[in-house]
Amino acid sequence: MSEVQHTPAAQGNDAIETRASEWLARDVAEGLNAGAQAELNAWLEESPAHRVSYLRLKAAWAQTDRLAVLRGSDVRSKARPRFWPLQAAAAFLVIAAGASFMVLRQPHDRTFSTPVGGHENVSFADGTKIELNTNTVIRARMTATQRTVWLDKGEAFFRVRHNSAHPFTVIVGNRRVTDLGTEFLVHRLSGQTEVAVVQGRVRLDAPDVQTPAKTALLMKGDVATAISTSLSITTKTSQELSDELAWRRGLLVFKDTSLADAAADFNRYNQQKIVIADPSAARLTIIGTFPTHEVRPFIEVAQSVFGLHVENRGGEIVLSR
Amino acid sequence: MDVALSADPRKAGFGQGMVDRNDMHGKDASRCAGIPMSAGDVDAWFVREVLPLETILMQFLRRNWSNRSDIADLRQEVYVRVYEAAKKQIPHPANAFVLTVARNLLINRVKRERIIPIEAVADLDTLGMAIDQPGPDRVVMARESLRRVQAALDRLSPRARDVVVLKQIEGLSRHEISRQLGISDETVKWHLANAMRTLADILYSEPSDLRRKP
Repeated sequence: MSEVQHTPAAQGNDAIETRASEWLARDVAEGLNAGAQAELNAWLEESPAHRVSYLRLKAAWAQTDRLAVLRGSDVRSKARPRFWPLQAAAAFLVIAAGASFMVLRQPHDRTFSTPVGGHENVSFADGTKIELNTNTVIRARMTATQRTVWLDKGEAFFRVRHNSAHPFTVIVGNRRVTDLGTEFLVHRLSGQTEVAVVQGRVRLDAPDVQTPAKTALLMKGDVATAISTSLSITTKTSQELSDELAWRRGLLVFKDTSLADAAADFNRYNQQKIVIADPSAARLTIIGTFPTHEVRPFIEVAQSVFGLHVENRGGEIVLSR
Repeated sequence: MDVALSADPRKAGFGQGMVDRNDMHGKDASRCAGIPMSAGDVDAWFVREVLPLETILMQFLRRNWSNRSDIADLRQEVYVRVYEAAKKQIPHPANAFVLTVARNLLINRVKRERIIPIEAVADLDTLGMAIDQPGPDRVVMARESLRRVQAALDRLSPRARDVVVLKQIEGLSRHEISRQLGISDETVKWHLANAMRTLADILYSEPSDLRRKP
């Protein structure tokens, strides 16, 4: 196909459309004062190409006004439910071990808990879903005007129905996690809180004025570790986050994990605790994927791979060299 | 088919170079309906009657012009000519007029550039069939359009979609959006502008049944 010459007007069409979109975006985002409106009118008058481009973009944008009906409530299309707010919603995991906090209970507060080895799903009317891991206690105050959950103990994965008018927050210790339309994981254990963002963003701050801590805006892959008033942020890959969430599939994923840490993880899910008697054995590292509720595979690895001695002592499984 | 155009193509605002008089042969200006309208009325007519034809127009242009990169420019050129003509007199019916303008534009291009692509000549003859097709069923379009808009949103980039969702569904101000997403006001507007261009292409240029699109 031989080269086709563009007319001078045609050459500028892309630039014209860009300009038109900038004008429209400005009008929609912040409005135009009299001076700006005059400027726009002048630009529209310059050429019919400007005007038709602007009209076209404006008309298409006007079609999106229909989306307003989706605000707030659960509106589903016949084909399948559509929840962009949910797709862009916060999903996060919060783990808190240790002291619970006394808060004046209100009639709307509901408590959910799991025993050791438990795994529960809780769904709320607004579409928010909370998945409780082992040995977890949460209190939820979900009303028309407020959506707050206190994580008193354990670990929970939150998939939040985003609503900017009534933001969803999780209080864990002295920290507060606020949904900004994301998927994230909050994990608190042994006096420290870990917040890992699986998708989107969350805001992490400490609302108590006596605990002056920074406000952090966390993005996908960010992992914040908060201990008391200090806060450090690193990054994890999607794979690493997926491994941390393996418990939702009933699995524990270890990658270069010390036996001591692995045993501690198992102990969260099982009444029968694993004890590593020798400090040197405790430092051995293990790689593998194990079911949360069966210690046998883990014990077998300890025996066959590391040559450890296994003894059942007073209801505990003791590993030693 | 009656097309309300003045007999002289130059007076209808086709612009320079429109030499194909065959189309205009026999058309009588006295059949014109419509009275001169204000600029705002022309705008409203354009949005109401012409933009919904974009799908058909784009199909026609794609089928009859091989150079893909020209298509958007050709479309805009058609719109400019249609708009200019409408400023003098609103043409009825709109679909026949738009496609006639498009056909003449392509013929004009072919002649000026001395290209005679065989496919182009053959397909232009089928213009008669295109004109006879009824315009989009507006009742059906209204019912489907929320779903269409939802499908269009799905195809935006995640960040652009976030901005549109926060603006149009959640009704946030620009300031609130920038705060929520942690981006500057300028970036919000930039995403908005991009989304507007993409949405226009999806909602106007593409066939209403997005599932059939390859």
